[in-house]
Amino acid sequence: MKLTLKIWRQKNSKAKGELKTYPIDGIEGDMSFLEMLDVLNEELINKGEEPVVFDHDCREGICGACSLQINGEPHGPDRLVTTCQLHMRMFNDGDTIVIEPFRAKAFPVIKDLVVDRTSFERIQQAGGYVSVNTSGNTIDANAIPVNKQDADDSFNAATCIGCGACVAACKNASAMLFTSAKVSQFALLPQGKVEATERVLNMVAQMDKEGFGNCTNTGACEIECPKGISLENIARMNREYLSASLKG
Amino acid sequence: MSILDSKIPKGPLADKWTKHKNDVNLVNPANKRNIDVIVVGTGLAGGSAAATLAELGYNVKTFCYQDSPRRAHSIAAQGGINAAKNYQGDGDSNYRLFYDTVKGGDYRSREANVYRLAEVSANIIDQCVAQGVPFAREYGGMLDNRSFGGVLVSRTFYAKGQTGQQLLLGAYSAMNRQINRGKITPYNRHEMLDLVIVDGKARGIIARDLITGEIERHSAHAVVIASGGYGNAFFLSTNAMGSNATAAWKIHKRGAYFANPCYTQIHPTCIPVSGDHQSKLTLMSESLRNDGRIWVPKKKEDAIAIREGKKKAKDLSEDERDYYLERRYPSFGNLVPRDVASRAAKERCDAGFGVNKTGQAVFLDFASAIERYGKEQAAMHGNHNPSKEEITKLGKEVIENKYGNLFQMYEKIVDENPYDSPMMIYPAVHYTMGGIWVDYNLQSTIPGCYVTGEANFSDHGANRLGASALMQGLADGYFVLPYTIGDYLSKDIKTGAIPTDSKEFEEAENKVREQLEKLINNKGSHSVDYYHKKLGHIMWNKCGMARNAKDLASAMTEIRALREEFWKEVKVPGELNEMNAELEKAMRVADFLELGELFAKDALHRNESCGGHFREEYQTEEGEALRDDENFMYVAAWEYTGDPATEVLHKEELKYENIEVKSRSYK
Repeated sequence: MKLTLKIWRQKNSKAKGELKTYPIDGIEGDMSFLEMLDVLNEELINKGEEPVVFDHDCREGICGACSLQINGEPHGPDRLVTTCQLHMRMFNDGDTIVIEPFRAKAFPVIKDLVVDRTSFERIQQAGGYVSVNTSGNTIDANAIPVNKQDADDSFNAATCIGCGACVAACKNASAMLFTSAKVSQFALLPQGKVEATERVLNMVAQMDKEGFGNCTNTGACEIECPKGISLENIARMNREYLSASLKG
Repeated sequence: MSILDSKIPKGPLADKWTKHKNDVNLVNPANKRNIDVIVVGTGLAGGSAAATLAELGYNVKTFCYQDSPRRAHSIAAQGGINAAKNYQGDGDSNYRLFYDTVKGGDYRSREANVYRLAEVSANIIDQCVAQGVPFAREYGGMLDNRSFGGVLVSRTFYAKGQTGQQLLLGAYSAMNRQINRGKITPYNRHEMLDLVIVDGKARGIIARDLITGEIERHSAHAVVIASGGYGNAFFLSTNAMGSNATAAWKIHKRGAYFANPCYTQIHPTCIPVSGDHQSKLTLMSESLRNDGRIWVPKKKEDAIAIREGKKKAKDLSEDERDYYLERRYPSFGNLVPRDVASRAAKERCDAGFGVNKTGQAVFLDFASAIERYGKEQAAMHGNHNPSKEEITKLGKEVIENKYGNLFQMYEKIVDENPYDSPMMIYPAVHYTMGGIWVDYNLQSTIPGCYVTGEANFSDHGANRLGASALMQGLADGYFVLPYTIGDYLSKDIKTGAIPTDSKEFEEAENKVREQLEKLINNKGSHSVDYYHKKLGHIMWNKCGMARNAKDLASAMTEIRALREEFWKEVKVPGELNEMNAELEKAMRVADFLELGELFAKDALHRNESCGGHFREEYQTEEGEALRDDENFMYVAAWEYTGDPATEVLHKEELKYENIEVKSRSYK
């Protein structure tokens, strides 16, 4: 496969970036998108040019590091996959592919395709936990029975990988899907009920402080989420927030 | 050569840990506020240690190369975590978990450590549930279990195929709670590049800020290394791209002994290599062996026809298939331990029965599980005469519910639907049982430098059983280290903050800077990956699933030559003071090029087969591993001398007082 890549190059957070064009040849359908970029980088290094920097680590769709906007879509044209699991068989010979970093005010570019997602860290730090000590002095695990449906729903919310595709997909750059997934995980479990009020208030306050936009229910986040995190979580967080606000 | 003191407490096995906890010195809460601890690595072992130490009151600094602790590679563990809860009432106990683990490790692990691990395992589940980890549950609301290789009970707790993710996010949430309280300062996108020793004690690290490229000094009263394993020395492995041995190797070069480097786990169920472009290998969880049956064709001509695309798996009737694990190991069948399953797959493929284009794959088939579950479901729905289609549909739903994400991952990578045709799998490098030598307190041979999780060597012997890595990481971090490190730190309550302007910090920083500058200024002819792939090739071919003296000796020579070429010819573009992914890789590969040689040296010296270390010269007539307990029942701990080839061997003799040492059989 022969392709034309248009890739966002930016020296550092302060420099001005631009799209640069790179022709590439010999790409096979079995390669992952990142392996295609590996091929490009090897070529660039051999030519004495600077390779393209992008975030990646596990390359099996679970760490959440990879974060590319491909032809305008976070993680590219395939559904329910991260960029590292996107395979080149999704593209055709002769295609032009535009590759940019995730765009959001709260995700400033560090270099090339790498963005700073520490805003997500601070949202989690504001309340994404159950305040139990980790010394092991707790009750037997089966002393807290959990309805299977609630446990499964909680698990589904907890499978968020924190990649930021939801933010990149949203025209308002809202982080509601991300934040609501963590709020939901705990809201659905008895262990999370004790701190439910403070948790949702603190996490939403931090989310707003970071400069993420508002949610206008377009649903783009759910479509682009590589883990299929459901919009129901946003509805649940809104309910939690409302009831917490009334209590608070 | 010296004999190492593992500091195992005296007394009966079952009482050692309790007694030890009562004997160690404690640090009072007011003094903990004046003590700093550095934790390198934020996976299950590092994240849990950081959270607990901070909760106890110590000032903790965490370091990880990723942009968030949540991305550490523990996140990718799929299948589950073992615990001797005996919720299933199937005869499990602390002793059985201990027994299975020691036997699984082929009698090359430390008895007292393994018993402690089994003892605290149940508490891990309690702890994680309290934290809100959403484990799989049964309809009655109780926790569900499944089975893993090498055991005869169901003791594995799980969260679909994402158990590692859920446990890591649990540890990460505990860390976040402490970050919010100001007790943990996270240094993300930072890489530790050296250990600083002052007056014989670990007192800090040199780290590089991976965004600005700045080299930083960080001091502490103790340093915990929880940086994972060194499987990436093979280039292709199931590890993350960034997983590296640098922290462990740097402390080794500063005096920490490296134990059993040749003990590597080659995992039997991974997606086979598809081509030269391949950057990593993907694991298909061992839990699949609960329901999947492994086979190759009985007749070679069928295997050839399948390889050439002339026949499909489905075309072969039951009696044309060789379920070789069930044939060779009737009592454990498809659930034999990983080393046994991997070797058996290699044996069949080497004999010409492989089923993909490269001949390096076997089938993992779910058809009979789909049928079995389908019938069960139909009966549960009151349908006692279901059609074949109904059975298949219902059976697929059960399989999807259990392993949905794994099947989806397989389909995305291979472009084939595993519900309809069997998966193709082949062994791949997955985990390293070897690592930094630590005593019972998890302290390395450098005072004040502790090592936890995969980075240490202690619990898994020569082969790790499935679902035991998560157990060990969390046991070390939540429950063991917080006690043992307190004993050491109790002597530091009057020390005060460690200054970073000492000559030791300066010397270490200069050394790091020199190495970085050398790489940047080298301007050679080949990329870092070029060398890394070459190293991987040597490791896989000569230090892989089957080893022999001749190949190992030549591996040592080849790796040495490659290392010399690397330092002459490597090309690292970009600058020192910026984000530079190639420079990061170069530093890691430079360490793998040293570690690889020691790996081969260790494998060469161990004239026996045990667990994941299979020497062709030492096998039974049936091709099983042949141990030599008389001469090799010891931990080989290597002392750095300036050159991997001349490292000095120290031994820790292994004593088994509570378990009968016998040849490991799964037949």
